[in-house]
Amino acid sequence: IQKFSGKPVDWDELEESLIRADLGVPMMTRIMTALQGREDAEKLTAETVVKVAREEIIKVLPRDSVTLRPLASKTKVILVVGVNGTGKTTSTAKLAYFLQRKGHSVMLAAADTFRAAAIEQLGVWAERLNIDIVKGQYNSDPAALCYEAYQSADRKNVEFLICDTAGRLHTKTNLMGELGKVKRVLAKADAQAPHETLLVVDATTGGNALQQAKEFHAATGLTGVIVTKLDGSGKGGCVVAIQNELGIPTRFIGTGEKMEDLAFFESRQFVEQML
Amino acid sequence: MFSLLADKLQDVFKDLRGHGKITETNITDAMRAVRMALLEADVEFNVAKGFIARVKEKALGEEVLRGVHPGQQIVKIFHDELTALLGGDNEPLNLEKPARIMMVGLNGAGKTTSSAKLAMWLKKQGKAPLLIACDLHRPAAIEQLATLARQVGVPCFTPPPGEKDVLKVGRLAADWAKEQPGNVQIYDTAGRQEIDEPLIQEIKALREFLQPQEVLLVADAATGQQAVSVATHFHQALNITGLVLTKLDGDARGGAALSMRQVTQRPIKFAGIGEKLDQFEPFFPDRLAGRILGM
Ligand SMILES: Nc1nc2c(ncn2[C@@H]2O[C@H](COP(=O)(O)OP(=O)(O)OP(=O)(O)O)[C@@H](O)[C@H]2O)c(=O)[nH]1
Ligand SMILES: Nc1nc2c(ncn2[C@@H]2O[C@H](COP(=O)(O)OP(=O)(O)OP(=O)(O)O)[C@@H](O)[C@H]2O)c(=O)[nH]1
Ligand SMILES: [K+]
Ligand SMILES: [Mg+2]
Ligand SMILES: [Mg+2]
Repeated sequence: IQKFSGKPVDWDELEESLIRADLGVPMMTRIMTALQGREDAEKLTAETVVKVAREEIIKVLPRDSVTLRPLASKTKVILVVGVNGTGKTTSTAKLAYFLQRKGHSVMLAAADTFRAAAIEQLGVWAERLNIDIVKGQYNSDPAALCYEAYQSADRKNVEFLICDTAGRLHTKTNLMGELGKVKRVLAKADAQAPHETLLVVDATTGGNALQQAKEFHAATGLTGVIVTKLDGSGKGGCVVAIQNELGIPTRFIGTGEKMEDLAFFESRQFVEQML
Repeated sequence: MFSLLADKLQDVFKDLRGHGKITETNITDAMRAVRMALLEADVEFNVAKGFIARVKEKALGEEVLRGVHPGQQIVKIFHDELTALLGGDNEPLNLEKPARIMMVGLNGAGKTTSSAKLAMWLKKQGKAPLLIACDLHRPAAIEQLATLARQVGVPCFTPPPGEKDVLKVGRLAADWAKEQPGNVQIYDTAGRQEIDEPLIQEIKALREFLQPQEVLLVADAATGQQAVSVATHFHQALNITGLVLTKLDGDARGGAALSMRQVTQRPIKFAGIGEKLDQFEPFFPDRLAGRILGM
């Protein structure tokens, strides 16, 4: 906001800020039109323009973020999905820590049986968190592993089972189909499982994030988004478009590589750091 | 990738070709559309602006306006500018001795995978690459590189367990490499955000110690507006020698590649086109420019 203070309304500069936040051209156009269509558009000060722009974005975002509550008598399954390298494994560990701190029992499933050392990576986190982890062999079926993990979690009355999956580009039909199978097989154990399917999106991503969300939503039915790497210079505006076009809310934000670097998504705070 | 931009540009140019005579107004309208298309393709704001200004200036030149097929000439200007921006030819690696290559970039960009892919590619070129693990940060990063090195069939340096001093590891690795039957050293480093000053200083120190022939910035093709900040910061700190563009097998529009190229003036040397180790190839800018314009 400091950037704008003391200056006359500069629409170009506002447009630039909106684009820079990776809000995308359609979202940017919508906000610009809303602002310029106001009766007092010409009288707005630079500060008000930013304030109003923020309000326009906040309107799109959900008022409250839905928290993760355990089920009464069953294990709640959280499936973590996304394209390569967004931060799924790290976010799985962070989520476990987040739930653990709230006094919940958590188990992990190392269902990325594909990427080199993916199992070891989650294994290191499980050790740090002192948490149970179900591991399989490399190249084994991730669906079978998730099923086995569910059985184990259920037997031990664990409240949350978080399944880390392999990164896959949303354009690869066979790999997206594999995720569909994970869901189907989990549903054999509990018709409602997975109870949450969270898409991990990198805040650095541009327009492609919306396409990612569309395809993962079609394949798995997403219940939320985790936006990571907000500690970098990426503003994560892509999640606004995901909310706006697909109605999928962002639930958590990742702000670093450590296990405590995860927080609930707060619309106002998010928009204020974005613009 | 780039297909959306290509489609949009096709429309714009079809429109432009339809006009027998090109006026400043036609061009301004067309350029506005092109600007939006570039922004939608994730080209950075100022890079898009500068690009449009250059194309417009040339298009408004006398010869174009008085020419027989002004529309087609503008398409050509566009193509030439785009090719120039992406770089003319593929630029080979500098493998002068001691032939050290450092892989750097944001978290999760594809450094470790690209290090192994590059080793495989070099091996196919008859070189004897060595992989060196310098990511002391990410859980199981060393194990990841060591596994990939076994798959490629090249020696891999792994730091002493628990070692946290990356400079010390660099020193140990450089000594190790001297004893190995290899002639190209590939250093995989930890991912970091470009605005994380302590981590940038750390890698800067490693670069100063290693004095590598190549410092390759590995970047995800789906990067958004942050591309310029990433490229500028890494370049300022490390004086990068080239770029590796990853995950081109998806449908990312890839405009970030243009932006990074523009602000660093360094060539994109390789493209990652899949998760498998052989899905990696030298980058050909002219082909890409043609693909953007659908020509
Ligand atoms: N700075 C920062 N780095 C993060 C954050 N979340 C994850 N990372 C880093 O991003 C990189 C990739 O994280 P992973 O958790 O391995 O990503 P992934 O999605 O599991 O990757 P694949 O399984 O290979 O698809 C690692 O270097 C993480 O430490 C974050 O919020 N901020
Ligand atoms: N589809 C696709 N996936 C890729 C490509 N290059 C790398 N990946 C995947 O991207 C993810 C991250 O790759 P890494 O090599 O671990 O990335 P990194 O930059 O070393 O990550 P950090 O060390 O945590 O910063 C992995 O799932 C890789 O398999 C590519 O060209 N295409
Ligand atoms: K940020
Ligand atoms: Mg992972
Ligand atoms: Mg790595």
